[in-house]
Parts: sequence; structure tokens; C-alpha cells
Amino acid sequence: MPFHILVAACLAYVIVLFLVAFLAERRARRGRLGFLQSPLIYTLSLSIYCTAWTFYGAVGYAARSGLEFLTIYFGPTLVFIGWWWLLRKLVRIGRQYRVTSIADLISARFGKSNLLGVIVTVMVVIATTPYIALQLQSVVLSFGVFASETPDGVLPPDAEQTAVWVAVGLALFTILFGTRNLDANEQHHGIVTAIAVEAVVKLVALLAVGAFVVWGVAGGIGETIAKIDAANLSAWQMEPGRWTGLIFLSAAAVICLPRMFQVMVVENANEGHLARASWAFPLYLMLMSLFIVPIAVIGLERLPVGSNPDMFVLTLPLAEGQGGLAMLAFLGGFSSATSMVIVEAIALATMVSNHLVMPLWLRFSRAGARGDDLRGVVLMARRVGIVGVLGLGYAYYHFSGGSAALAAIGLIAFLGVAQVLPVLIGGIFWRGATRVGAVAGLLTGFVIWGYTSFLPSFGPGAVLSTSVFSEGAFGLAWLRPHALFGTVGLDPMIHALFWSMALNATAFFLGSVLTFPGPVERLQGAAFVNVFEGQIGPRRWAHGQAEPEELLVMSQRILGEDAALALFQAAAKAQGKAGFLPDTTPEFLGALEARLSGSVGAATAHAMLSQLVGRATVTVEELMAVASESAQIMEYSAQLESKQEELTRTAGALREANDKLMQLSIQKDAFLSQISHELRTPMTSIRAFSEILTEGGLDPETVVKYGGIIHDEAKRLTRLLDDLLDLSVLENGTVQLNLTLTNLHEMIDKALIAARQTRPERSFEIDRDPVAENVYLLTDADRLTQVFINLIANARKYCCSDHPQLRIAVRLRGGRVIVDFVDNGLGIPKDAQALIFEKFARLTDGNRAGGAGLGLAICREIMANLGGTISYLPGQGGAAFRVTVPIRLEKQAA
Amino acid sequence: MSRAGLVRGFDRARSSVDSGTGRGWPGGTEVAQHVLLVEDEPNIAEAIRFILTRDGWRVTHVADGLAALARVAETRPDLIILDHMLPGLSGLEVLAALRADPATAATKVLMLTARGQERDREAASLAGADGFMAKPFSNAEILAEVRAMVAR
Repeated sequence: MPFHILVAACLAYVIVLFLVAFLAERRARRGRLGFLQSPLIYTLSLSIYCTAWTFYGAVGYAARSGLEFLTIYFGPTLVFIGWWWLLRKLVRIGRQYRVTSIADLISARFGKSNLLGVIVTVMVVIATTPYIALQLQSVVLSFGVFASETPDGVLPPDAEQTAVWVAVGLALFTILFGTRNLDANEQHHGIVTAIAVEAVVKLVALLAVGAFVVWGVAGGIGETIAKIDAANLSAWQMEPGRWTGLIFLSAAAVICLPRMFQVMVVENANEGHLARASWAFPLYLMLMSLFIVPIAVIGLERLPVGSNPDMFVLTLPLAEGQGGLAMLAFLGGFSSATSMVIVEAIALATMVSNHLVMPLWLRFSRAGARGDDLRGVVLMARRVGIVGVLGLGYAYYHFSGGSAALAAIGLIAFLGVAQVLPVLIGGIFWRGATRVGAVAGLLTGFVIWGYTSFLPSFGPGAVLSTSVFSEGAFGLAWLRPHALFGTVGLDPMIHALFWSMALNATAFFLGSVLTFPGPVERLQGAAFVNVFEGQIGPRRWAHGQAEPEELLVMSQRILGEDAALALFQAAAKAQGKAGFLPDTTPEFLGALEARLSGSVGAATAHAMLSQLVGRATVTVEELMAVASESAQIMEYSAQLESKQEELTRTAGALREANDKLMQLSIQKDAFLSQISHELRTPMTSIRAFSEILTEGGLDPETVVKYGGIIHDEAKRLTRLLDDLLDLSVLENGTVQLNLTLTNLHEMIDKALIAARQTRPERSFEIDRDPVAENVYLLTDADRLTQVFINLIANARKYCCSDHPQLRIAVRLRGGRVIVDFVDNGLGIPKDAQALIFEKFARLTDGNRAGGAGLGLAICREIMANLGGTISYLPGQGGAAFRVTVPIRLEKQAA
Repeated sequence: MSRAGLVRGFDRARSSVDSGTGRGWPGGTEVAQHVLLVEDEPNIAEAIRFILTRDGWRVTHVADGLAALARVAETRPDLIILDHMLPGLSGLEVLAALRADPATAATKVLMLTARGQERDREAASLAGADGFMAKPFSNAEILAEVRAMVAR
């Protein structure tokens, strides 16, 4: 077939795939997932297990090693039928914690350790590189087969060039569909649908070729079986050790291969699909393997000796002149290769970007989580990852010379990714597994694999010198790559498998047993191991200090603006808030982390959120240290604060006490001053007049007058001393109350009579209510009368009306009697009303007939002692005082 | 001033002899010296008025600060006897007002106080009082102080 037609056919096929992917993507974007999420698509997508290696290589394998090729199918079949519970657990964990890759799962399981993520990523990338090279090789080979048939002399490009173009084309296709957007679930509906189509194509192609071979070439089933029996294939001996090893290897591979993990776990939409796949996928494998042996046998029989059995699927129809069938077979092989490469590249690029690029970028980008458009960075990382992965594949193809048999390369890759198995299985079933153990196991297995399987695959003298093969590294015989520890005579594959897996598992076990997991590790371990036992929150966020705005900005950079906005809006709505800024509750942060994990991986998502939630630290140990430290600081500061508060309180109390003392001191000074004044004033008069009298020579009238002054002033002094004494007794509460039942009317009568001595020259009109006054009070009658006298005397003294009046009103209210004394004078100015009950608060000095300014102070003290009150009533026209006293004063327990 | 010196010398000699029992102005021909008495306690005012008048002083009595200031401007007394505790304007306030007015800034002022604390004496001195006397006082004391101050 002309090369350019071949290329055109390939391009046309790719365009069809592209369309399929595009339409599926559009459908998915519109939310009409429908069949895109059906178990059928899921099962078909799993068929990427069958790569070009299976498509072409199985026949070659059968031609070379008989039925051993079946081991490659038995492994996955066993896993899907017998180990579905393992797959289910993986899928559950993957879905629950939004695992993006196998590296992410292991990193998350062991305390979101990015170190593990890096190790697994590097391991898997290296291990899968030969596998990708294998696909390139198969495509190149198939091109070569067709091109050699070119009749018109157009020379096909050489294999190198073809390989480059195939690699570039695959990279473009993968980038176009694998990195169109960053989905939170890391699902690629377009790609998966295209892969399903390819799965159908390759199955149909292989079945068609098989059917053609059996019925078209061999002449029926019977003939075919006869030919098979006749072939020396039947003489082939089964090696139980190798079989077991290979079955184990393929079983491990189907779990650990990044692309298988991608379609099986990451792209899984429904756990239930696994149930269908558990029988449908083995069925698919069975159909794929159905005609392998016939094709191999007929090919060996029909085709010239020395033909590459790996190409029988293609060369048989060609030899039989079936150009169309050959074309179909070619497309089938092309499908196998492309689907594998695309998914593998996506899976690896996801790991590379999440575990290598993003952590580095986060660390070295000054902007950190808040920086530029992270989405762009992630997508760019993915694209670079895809190109890098395909570049590596091409490099391997180039350096390995493409000479090794397809199956051999495939097995090396299988063994490489199988190194992840112990840690993976241990991680999800054994809570005791620790990060240290995982690192130890992975590194051990990886090194052994590299030394015994990967590096030797380049051939003696390429990487490892021939002397290493024959005499061991450093001349140590027990370090020979194919005879480690002196195990001579084993099949190299089984040798590598045994030692790598055994030492890997041992290191993992010992490392786990000898170390203790960190807190987050334990949490994650429990969550992963017990994934079916309800939710054990593995990502507990305390109430963060992150601003929802910041989180939104970051999330928009990762998830895309609309997706992030929708997520936040939904969360806000769930919290009963309008708008799109939910509270940063631990639940929300957990959900957000899960969602971000889908895009950038668990460890990175955790690190980014940690940065925003205000914990700049990333490692858990640091976090814990910071937490306990800050707890101590908080406690300390709380102590300081309480001490400070105490001091403030004490200081306040002291200040208050001081103020009080100062006030008391001032009051005392003022009081002493007042007393001094009040005492010295009459004494001055007395002394002066007594001296004048003593000197004699006065007329009798003057003598009498001056004698009278002396007498009055002496009386004033006495009264002052009496008042002071009275006040002192009343204030100190040492007053002896003499409770009697006395009529109020009588008391007022008595008071009026007594008060008449004050300015006796004035006639006062007294307005009384005898009926209301007729009430018996149990009180100290003398004291109460004293208050009345004071009030009436004050009225007599100070009421300046020409026709002075005093109204005495009595009312009963709630067990108390209220007596109001209201005169018709000018009253007391507002600003003075507050002062009148203070000692020596005499307002006017005009007519102070003997008062020392203690009267109302004494009244106040008396009323306090009688359980009553005395107050000034403003706005009554004249001066108005209200006395309130209980009708029955209960004797207080003194 | 020369007359004042003369009076003082004479008075001092006399007061030391009969301790203020003499009557009328000894100089006879001289106009009696004028004392403005500011005191709200009527009995004390009466006593001081009696003592000074008997000694030959002309005494004008007012009971509060405002009246005192009015009388000062009117009568230009030789001496003001000013009670500390007065209704309305206090004695210190009256003193301040006197000292603020150039016409009365030099007028001799004798402060009386019944509180008798050192603080009051200082306050009076600061406010510009020329003499200070605590109540109660003997008649001889106040007479001697008044004579000394006017002679000064």
C-alpha cells in the first residue's frame, strides 16, 4: 500500500477519533453524560490493557513461547474475577479522596508525603518509558510492513523518522484532548470515549484477521486445530515457575500500570461499573486472545522463515492479498498503540505535574499559592509532561535500537510498575504500613528492577558493561544482574521478579514495623484501610483564617473561574448563605481540598490550602510542632493576660481607694476647717465681749446687751457641739433607737411647737390634714420629731414670703408614710439642691439663727437610721422636702 | 509718712502703757484714722467696732465683699479688716480685687480667719494681705496689730 495513502488513512482515523472525542467532550460539558458513563464504555476503556504489544506481540509471543502469552491475559482475568474486592477498594478510595494517579494515592495514603509521590512518579515514568517505546516501535514496524509493499517506488521514510513523527503526532493528540481543561475529577470523557471506539476497532480487527485466518486460510476450525496440533508449538513445555511469575506480573501490572489506574480508578464514574467489568473485561480479553494461536500457527506455516511473528497479524492478510483486512489490522494495531500512549501520557503527565512540577513551582514561585494563573501553570506542566513522556519513549526506542522483542520490553515495564504493588496493597490493607517502609520498599524494588531487568534490557555493554554481566558489579559475583546472590540458572525475568518483589516487600515490611507513622499518616492510613467503614475524616481542617475570597481566587486559578464559582456558590448555599463566599468551615475546607486534589494532587492541594489557611508549614510534623507551640504561647499569653487583667483590676481598686482616701482627706480637712470656723466664731465674740465687760466702764444697758451676746454665742457653741455629737453617733450607726407606737399627728404637733422658737416673731400659716396625719407609726418618735422640727425651723428661717405658709401633706403608700413639707418661699436653687444634705452646706448666711449647717445632714442620718429617706422635691413652688418612713420599723438585728 | 511714723511711735508707747484702754484720738487735732471692717458675723463686728472706736479709730462696717469693694472706692480707708469667710465674695477674692485695682493696691489689709490653719495664713499672705489674725483673738492683740499696720 502506498505510504502516503497509509498516512492519509491514519490521519483520517485520527480525525475520526478526534471528532468522537470532541463530541463526547461537548456532550459531557453539557452535562449529558448518558452513555459516556455507562459500564460498557468503562469496560471498553479498560481495554487499553491490550496495547500494540498484545495486538501484535501476542502472536509473536505465541510463535516463540507457545501458550505462555496467555499469562498476560490470565493475570488481569484473575484480578477482575477473583480480586474485584481489591479493585473495588481502590476505586472507592480513589473516588472518595479524589485520587488523581497511583502516585497520588500512595502519597495521600502515607500522610500526603510528596516524597513518595515523587518516588512513585519517577519510578513509574522510568518503568513505562520502555512500554511507550514499545508502542512507537510497533507503529513503526507496522508502517514498515506496509511501506515495503509500496509499488510505485516512493521510498518510505526510515524508521527513525517515522518514530519521530508518530511520537509528535501522539503528543499533539494527547495534549489536545488530555489537557483541554483541568477537571476536578481528572476525568476525560472525550479521551475515554475515543479509547472505547479504539477498543472496538482493535477487537474487530483482531477477530476479523482471526476469522480470516481460520476460515479463509486454514479452511475451518477443524483444519486449524489439526494444524495447531501439527505445529511444533504443541511440543512446547510449560514452565510452572515462569507461568506463575508471569501471571502474577500481569496481575500486578493491571493494577499498577498508570494507564490502567487512570481508566479503572480515576475515570471511574460509578463503582457499580466494576461489577460489569469484572466479567466483561475478561470476556474482552478472551476474545482478544481467541485467534492468537491460530494466527501464529498459520503465520509460521504460510509466511517465509524469518518473518517477524510480531507482525503476523498484518503480514498474513497482506500475504493473502487482503489489502482491506490488512488495513483494518493496521488500524487495530494503530488503535492499540495510540490509545495506550495517550492514556499513559495523560496519567504520567498528571503525576509529573502534580508531584514534580507543582511542588517545585510552589516552592520556588515567590507568589506561592496566590500567584499567577495556576491553571495555566498546571496545564503547561501537563503538556510539558506529555511531551517529556513521549520524548523519553522515543529516546528509549532510539537507544535500545528497537531490536528487542515486543513481549520482552512489555514484561520489563510490567515488572517496573509492579514494584508499586506491595506498597499499594499494604497501604490499603495494612494500617501499620508507614511512610518510611513505603519509601524503603519502593526504592529497594526499583533499584533491583533497574539493575536486574531495566538496565540489562539495553543489552550488554550499553549501560552495564559486559563484565558486570559476567562478573557482577565491582567484581562481586553475587551482584551479577541475572544471578543476584548467586541464584544462577533462573530465567532472567523470573530472577528479577523474585528478587525485586521479595526485597521490596521485605524492606517495606521492616521499614513499616520499625517506624511509627506520623499523625496525618495514621489518620490517612485508617481512612484508606477502613474506606468502607463510613467516613473517617482524613482531612480535618480547623476553622482556618483563610479569607473565602483568597480561597476562591486560588480555586479559580486551578479549577477555572466558573467551576470554582459554582463550587463556592453551592457551598455557600449549603451553609444557608447567599452569594458565593461560604464560611471557611472545616467541612468546606475539606471538600475544597478534595476538589483541588483532583486537579493538583493531594499533597499539593494540602500544601496550597495550608498556605492560604494560614499555616505556611507543609509537613505535618512542623504543623504539629507549630500547633503545640502556639498552644503553649496561647496559654502563656492567656496567663499574662489574666495577670495583666488582675494588675489592672488591682490598680483600679487602688486608684479608687486612693481617690476615696483623697476625697475623705479633703472632706476631713474641709470638715475640720468648718468645725474650726463654727467653733471659733462664737468664741471670738465671747472672748471679745467678756474682755470688754471685764475692763468695765460701760453703761448698764451696754453691759446687759453684751452679756446677752455672750450668752447667745455660748448657747450656739453648745448647740454646735450637740449637733456634732449627734451626727457622729448617727453616722457611726451606734445610735440607740427607741421604738414606740406613736401617732404622727402628735409628732407634728410637737415639732411645730418646738420650731416656734425659731424666729418667733414671724407668724406662719400651717396647712395640715389631721385625718391623714392620724396614723400610728412604730418608730423612734423623738428622732422623727427632730427631723420635723428641723424642716419646720428651716422653713421658718428661710421662707422669705411676706405671708409665709407651710403645707404639711401626709400620704400612705406601700407600708410607708410620706410626709411632705412645702413652703411658699423661693425654694432652693437647682444647683444647690444636691448639696443641702451635706454637712455645713449652709446656703445663705443672712439669718443663721444659731445653725451650724448641720441640720439637714443630721436629718438625713436620722432618716437612714429609721429606714426611711429624706429628699428635696423640686418644682413645688417653694422649698419642699419629702420624708418617707416605714409605718412599722422592724427592729434590726444589731 | 512722717505723720504715720509719729503716730506709730506715740501709739506704741501708749499701747504698751495702758493696753488700749485710752479713748479718742490722742493727737486731738488730727483727723481720726479710718478702718473699713468687713465681717459677716454681727457680734464679732460689734466687738471689733467697739474696741477700735474706743481707741480713737473711725470704723465703717460692711457685712459682705461687694459692699466692701464699693466702700473702699468711696472712702479710701487707711486699713481694711477683712474676714476670710464671707457670704458671696470670699475674703481672698475681695483682697485680690483690691490688689488688682491700682487705686487700692497699696491699702493695708488685715485678714481675719476663724479657720486658723497655717494654709490660710499662707494663702492670705500670697494674696497680698499685710497682716493676718486668727480668731479668737484678744482685744489687745487686734488693737496692737491695727496700730502697727497703720504706722508702718
